[in-house]
Amino acid sequence: MTREMTGGMTGDTRADAYRPRRDRLWFTRSRGYTVFVLRELTSVFVAWSIVFLLMLVDAVLGGSLPEFAALAARPWMIALNVVALAATVFHAVTFLNLAPKATVVRLDGRRVPAWMIQGGNHTAWALVSLLIAYVVLRS
Amino acid sequence: MTDSAETPVIRMEVARYRPGEDAEPVFQAYDVPLMDDWAVLDGLTHIKDRLDGSLSFRWSCRMGVCGSCGMTVNGEARLTCGTFLTEYAPGPVRIEPLKGFPVIRDLVVDIDDFLAKLSSVRPWLVREGEEPPLTAEYAQTPEQLEAYKQYSMCINCLLCYSACPVYVLDPDFLGPAAIALAQRYNLDSRDMDDRFDVLNLEDAVWGCTFVGECTKVCPKHVDPAEAIQRYKVSAALRSVLPWSRR
Amino acid sequence: MTPRRRTPEPYLWLLFTGGGVVAALVLPVVVLLFGVLMPLGVVDWPDAAHLRALAGHGLVRIALAVVVVLCLFHAAHRLRFTSEELLGIGRFDRLIAVVCYGGALAGSIVAVRMMTYMS
Repeated sequence: MTREMTGGMTGDTRADAYRPRRDRLWFTRSRGYTVFVLRELTSVFVAWSIVFLLMLVDAVLGGSLPEFAALAARPWMIALNVVALAATVFHAVTFLNLAPKATVVRLDGRRVPAWMIQGGNHTAWALVSLLIAYVVLRS
Repeated sequence: MTDSAETPVIRMEVARYRPGEDAEPVFQAYDVPLMDDWAVLDGLTHIKDRLDGSLSFRWSCRMGVCGSCGMTVNGEARLTCGTFLTEYAPGPVRIEPLKGFPVIRDLVVDIDDFLAKLSSVRPWLVREGEEPPLTAEYAQTPEQLEAYKQYSMCINCLLCYSACPVYVLDPDFLGPAAIALAQRYNLDSRDMDDRFDVLNLEDAVWGCTFVGECTKVCPKHVDPAEAIQRYKVSAALRSVLPWSRR
Repeated sequence: MTPRRRTPEPYLWLLFTGGGVVAALVLPVVVLLFGVLMPLGVVDWPDAAHLRALAGHGLVRIALAVVVVLCLFHAAHRLRFTSEELLGIGRFDRLIAVVCYGGALAGSIVAVRMMTYMS
């Protein structure tokens, strides 16, 4: 780090330099960018899943569960929820896998490897899913 | 290079921008020998020496240490000294300047913006209070060295800036290397600063949306994406627990 | 020390992260059960009385409120940044932030009211 710094040199120091225009299709330029944008767009379906959950709770509390079930069984609604399922699963996999980047856990002076944290996250996902399914479906 | 009839050639399409002459970059094609042991940089050097002396590009060490020969090769940010031409056979291969920076000439970009950002994060050991004499040593355990060593490998080649869509869209973003280098000092046991004032900003760590491309293109495995996410955790904890430092 | 500019970003990021974890753990199984398997008839709809008893339970209500609030702020945060990056409209960040987090806040109020009313 011996590079000499010259402060205040930002901005248009070179008038004849070429400044590229914004690339409107940047997210198509590499697979990594496209996967990133798809990962971020799962948030649309996270929001939809919450709306759907609130509609369900409202139907349960308001005694209109049969009407809700009929709505949920419409083909377009099933199609929407299949996409929402794919999106929320994609969100879960990417989010739980990226967690070790933000959390550095040290045990015995050594950094716990990423796969262990990811394994723990996915185990927690499986356990919570099973718990919810059990609570909902037990009769 | 001696027996050109025997040696296969590869076409290199090189972006040319001559201020005053070109309104925007244009591609110029050159056929260079496709040698097994030639990096993209060797192809460019061949062009400059034998075919067109007017071509401008930066290079120095030719061994992945100086960080000056970063360019966009077939759309990807690469160190041209560490990228072999055979990877792109039979060609053509497109060489453009690093994305996200103003182009001064041909493949040479203006990095003043980065240099100003780098110095803004105080990339040196910040000490408070009495300084030990110059002869004193700052001893560190292997664990203390390990805590920051990875981030100290950065060679300022700027591939991470070029690959970062956040930076390319918004040049005010502090960017991957500057934050990773700030973390290099934050995590050093000899340093007494946490650079919260320059990192806890919308255009600093909070501008990052974790695309992760910076880490993918880094030739030194610095993992700037990880450095940024780790600082987000520290900064968030410090914000909710105002009495905690670091 | 230079004066520190206060920024809401750390708090918004904590909500985003918390929401990301909750959404990952909870939403796939909810959508799978109620959105796909039950409508397709693979799994029978539970008894209405059973679901009603479940939704009436205090802990379940608190859990639902937490899930809804965190997930909405998670989605709002991502939508704010994604729209700015996809459309190149980062200069309108303030307005976009108000719309996104405002929407999340409105949804949260609806959810909390729903969970606190006794049925």
